[in-house]
Formats: sequence, structure tokens, C-alpha cells
Amino acid sequence: MSILVDKDTRLIVQGITGREGGFHAGQMLAYGTNVVAGVTPRKGGQTALDGAVPVYDTCSQAVEVTGANASVIFVPAFAAPDAIMEAVDAGIRTVFAITEHIPALDMIPVVAEVEARGARLIGPNCPGATTPAEAKVGIIPGSIHRPGRVGLVSRSGTLTYEVVQAMTDRSIGQSTCVGIGGDPVNGSDFIDMLELFAADPDTDAVVLIGEIGGGAEEAAAAWKAEHMPDTPMVAFIAGRTAPPGRRMGHAGAIISGSGGTAEGKIAALEAAGIRVAESPTHIPQMLVEAGVQPD
Amino acid sequence: MQPGPGQRIATAAWPCSRHAGDGAALSSDVTVKLQEYHAKTLLARAGLPVPPYSVASTPAEAWEQAAAYFDDGAGAVVVKAQVLVGGRGKAGGVKLARSAEEAQAHAEAILGMDIKGITVRRVLVAPGADIQRELYLAAVLDRTAQRIMLMGSAEGGVEIETLAEEDPDAIVKVHAHPQLGLQPFQAREMAFRLGLGDHLKEAAAICTGLVKVAQDEDADLVEINPLAVVREAGPEGPVDTLQLLDAKMTLDDSALGRHPGHEEMRDLDEEDPADIEARAADLSFIRLDGNIGCMVNGAGLAMTTMDLVKRAGGEPANFLDIGGGARSDKVAEAMRLILSDHSVQAILVNIFGGIARGDEVARGLVEARSKQTRSVPMVVRIVGTNADIAAEILEESGAEIVTAESLDEAVEKAVELAGSAA
Repeated sequence: MSILVDKDTRLIVQGITGREGGFHAGQMLAYGTNVVAGVTPRKGGQTALDGAVPVYDTCSQAVEVTGANASVIFVPAFAAPDAIMEAVDAGIRTVFAITEHIPALDMIPVVAEVEARGARLIGPNCPGATTPAEAKVGIIPGSIHRPGRVGLVSRSGTLTYEVVQAMTDRSIGQSTCVGIGGDPVNGSDFIDMLELFAADPDTDAVVLIGEIGGGAEEAAAAWKAEHMPDTPMVAFIAGRTAPPGRRMGHAGAIISGSGGTAEGKIAALEAAGIRVAESPTHIPQMLVEAGVQPD
Repeated sequence: MQPGPGQRIATAAWPCSRHAGDGAALSSDVTVKLQEYHAKTLLARAGLPVPPYSVASTPAEAWEQAAAYFDDGAGAVVVKAQVLVGGRGKAGGVKLARSAEEAQAHAEAILGMDIKGITVRRVLVAPGADIQRELYLAAVLDRTAQRIMLMGSAEGGVEIETLAEEDPDAIVKVHAHPQLGLQPFQAREMAFRLGLGDHLKEAAAICTGLVKVAQDEDADLVEINPLAVVREAGPEGPVDTLQLLDAKMTLDDSALGRHPGHEEMRDLDEEDPADIEARAADLSFIRLDGNIGCMVNGAGLAMTTMDLVKRAGGEPANFLDIGGGARSDKVAEAMRLILSDHSVQAILVNIFGGIARGDEVARGLVEARSKQTRSVPMVVRIVGTNADIAAEILEESGAEIVTAESLDEAVEKAVELAGSAA
């Protein structure tokens, strides 16, 4: 068991004929992910990855022929919001948008529409999700994982890899690792993922990786305290030593008030019974102290 | 995600989004600040009531422009420093003149003035207004609600942050519909709640207009402070109208490509030359005070690397995120940028390959190393995608590079090398 992706995931890769899409589709396939199709307009009928994956012109064709139930998007920023809508319209319920630099305001109507249709968007500007030994969707290196019972959710990309590697090195396996991305307007937040982990019988503990700025970590801490008080949780906040004194001003700061700083986030997390690590490499030991058994 | 009470937003907003200190700025949502006169250009173009203004870069120009306003019947002229930092008024960068000569003298004093480290190169010259009332109105990207929020206050011309702390209920907030935009009833509601019932049509048009400008220009902040009720002489006695007296805007960097005009509005004079170079190379770079140059992929990992350097007793010289999918030439450019800071005594390269591939980074490092004119010790840690090929490339190059397996080890070695070099 796991969240978001598993061995039943039937994945399409939008932008499979591009440089990044092609490379990472190959990595996903090599990991054992069930990559059933690629989508690139006007390249329908071709195959990608040395004949391993059929390419379709549209998502609806790909879904119709292959029964795909998840999509991962590598198309350029200008086309990515449309690609998300195309996937959702074709009936895909779980969409991962890896693309970075999508203008924030383009995402506002898209995120609202995805939600109205009952689909789930992860990202944009996210690394995707991996359920070790079952499926890897996105760009997280497959080699760093180990199957296990600790869920991980992160706003960062590469920092996530660092933490996963540290866990694997200490024989602490993961149920699912998901990066939600750091864009101002995105599909899923910490709480959306915590809800899934809370409902997953095979996730015993959770690691949350946050960053300074915004109030998402504080909100996640409050949610955890209320809805999953007995689940062991360890957190890390990047940016503890980012220079102070150049706080965001005016309209941005008004509502965030004193929030957004590392100290504020750490205090909120600790108040919710979540221990906060000073270095990513301390996380495995803290998990063990919280009751997680290395395999 | 529905907006709820007590929600928070964290748009990288004015006045410091390009600098360190807020996480949003360090991550991908970088914004571009516009000078007041550029913001006013965009607002006026959208049909919003911006009173006349002109821009002068010499005292003589200021005299000429002021004289024209006085000829048109202005009772006073205001001369305002155009800088991208707050607190112009307190710094003496905003002055009222009763004659063209006085305007020229003010321009003479303000041009070249230093406001928070920024040299004033231009002043805005505008006729003085007979202000009856000042209000605050802004359209801002609310990232918690994931919508554009219109926020207003019946008390304008004050520090809005102060007001938010002392009397948060005095700020009225309305969220634009994600697909339909700000609805007319919402604009009317804002107008009534700001006590602008006597100016309903004008006020509602301004509310709608600010949200539309934010959408059309890809701005994450359009702030009018003050929005003013201004009294002017009319043929049948005095007439009160709503006018946008001051404006601030920040634009989403990711959308610059589709607004060719915005690039020209960027004030390169006020940006650190290293920032300009970094942007040209598509790198996210912030110069800091330490002596350990850092090159990392990913904002979160870059911040963490800096945190660990500090924790180990070192001082980072910069924040540098080379981003995803960096090719070797970009890596070489990043290295050049780090070395252009002469206080750098050691370089720490920390790459966890995902979308970035270790081999590309290694090639860039070897290339940069071969062109390097200054001998600075370098600690390299490359793990993840194609890390094995990267190791081979570094080994075969014969370049003097200290390698490290773990993050902690890499940080310790870099701090040690910087310490012994200093």
C-alpha cells in the first residue's frame, strides 16, 4: 500500500518526445513503473524509448487505448496549464506537473478546475512521487529509495532526495515520497498529502520537509495535532540562517504577520508534537527515537 | 482549497523580493519590481484615473515640466524620487514646490541622493492634488487561497503593515473568482465597505481595474497607496474624483516572456550587477557576506547547504541555485559568478541529481576549472542521476578537486578549507 502511485498505476507521459520527458520516462520505465503511453501532438503513431512506449496525439486517445489512470507532465511552461487540463478532461484523476516557471496566474483557473472535477494535481514545479519497489512518477532518482513504512512529503525537490537517501542509508524504508512543489499556486498542499498518509494503513510515520516563507508548515502542524495526533512525525525546515532584516513587505507581509520565519515554523511544529531536525542527516535517528523500526 | 479565516499569504512582495530573507524569494516565485512611473504607465493604459505625471532625470527637465504644470493652473507641484525601496518620504525624497524654480531646486537635491543605498537617478514630477481623503487599495496574489485578493482600507497613506498589526479589521478583503475574475458585486461591496458609496461607479471600476491589471500584466502585487478623493475646480464649482496618486507593482518573472514591454521597465541601475548576470544565465543567485561560495541545485537544498555551512562555523558567500536540467555551460557560468566575488576562499558544490544530471555538472566544473584564473579550493559532492559518470569525468580531468560522499562531510571540508585559506 501507499499513496498516489503504486503497481496499479498506468502512467502516460505528456511531453515524452522532449529532452527531459524522454530521459525521465526512460528512468521511470527502468524503475518498473507501468508507463503505458506518451502524448505529443502530431507525433501520434510513433513510439518512444526504443519502441517500448506508444505515442498518441492526445490524452483522450491515450486513455481510451491504454486505460491510463495517471499522468506526468514535462511540456514547456507555456503549454503546461493546457496539458494539465487535457489530462483531467481525458479522465485522469492523478496528474503530476514537473514543469517549472509556469506563470502563477495561469495556474489559478487550472487549479480551481482540477478541484471542481474531483481530480488531484501535484505540482507544478514538483519532483513527483515514488512508492519504492512499485512506481516512480517524476524525476526523483530511483536508486535512493527503500521500501518501508515511513511517508515523506516535501515542498522541495533535491532536498527531498537528500532526506530519502539519509533514511535509506539507515535502513528506514519509505511507503511513498512525494514532492508537492514550491510554486505560489499549486495543486496539492501538505494537508492534502497528510490526509492521504493518515488514511494509508501502511504508513506508520511521516517526515515533512518545509522551507521558510508562507504559512503551509504551520497549517500542516495544526492539522496533524488535530487529525493524526498519534502518528510519529519528524520535520525539517530549510532556511534557518537565511539573512534576516529583508522581510517581505507590504501586502505580502500583512497577512503572514510574523509567520513565515524558520523560528515560527519550528515553534508551530514542536507545539504540535513534531520534532524538527537541524540537519537532514539527523532525521533517521529522530525517526528511530519516535518509534520507527529500521528494517 | 477554499480561502478560510485566518489564512496567510506569502507572495514575494514589495519591496525586497529579489533579496534573501524570505523563502518565497529564494524559491521559484521571483518577482520584478516596477518604478512608480512604470506602474502608473500600465495603470493609465488600462484606463484607470492616474493624474498627469512626467519623469525628469535632470533639474532642468524638472523645471520645464513643473513650469508646464503651473501654466496649466497647478497650485503646487510634487517632486518624487523614483527608487525601488520604501521610505522615500522619510528620506526626504518627496517634496512639494510652489514654483518651477523651487521644483528645480528640489530635483537638484533629490537627484543623486542616496536612499537606503540606492542612488536616485530620476524624479517624478506631477501637479499637487487637493486631497480630501486617502485610502488604500491593492490587488495581490494570495497563495493560500490560490486566488487574486483585493484588499482595501478606508485609511490610506499610512503604513499598511502597521495598520494590519494594530487594527486588522480595518482591512477589507475580497477574493476574485478563479475563473470569472472579480465580480461586479464584489467590486461594489468593496466600494461600500470603504465608504465610497458617493463614488460607487468610479470606485467599482478601480477595483475591477486593479484585478484586471494584475491578470493582464501577470503582476502579483498592484498597490495603490494612496487612492485619493481629490478636489478639483469645475465649471459649476468644486468636483471630487477618485485618483491613483501612488502605485507599486511587482511582476511574475516567469511571465516576462509574454510581456516584451516589461523587460524594458526593469530598472537595471538598481540591481546588483551579479544579479543581472545571474538572470542572463538563468541562475538564481543572491550575494551574501561570507567566504564560502556555494553552488547547489534546488532552492531548498541550497538553503539547507547554507544552514549547514553556518552550523559548522562557516559563512556562505552566496545563495546559488543552478536549477533543474542545468547544462555544463550554465555550470561554468555559475562558477565564474562565484569567483567574481573576491572574498570567496573556498567553493562548495553540492548537487543531488534528479532533473539535473551529475555528468553535465561535472563537465561544467572541469571546463570552469580549466579557465579559472584564481586558485580557490573546491569541494565537490555529486550524487543521484549519473553520479557515477560524474565521478569518472572529475577523476579523468585530473583537476584539483576535493570530493565528498555525504553532505555533512562536504560542508566540513569546505569550512575547513575556507578557514585555512583565510
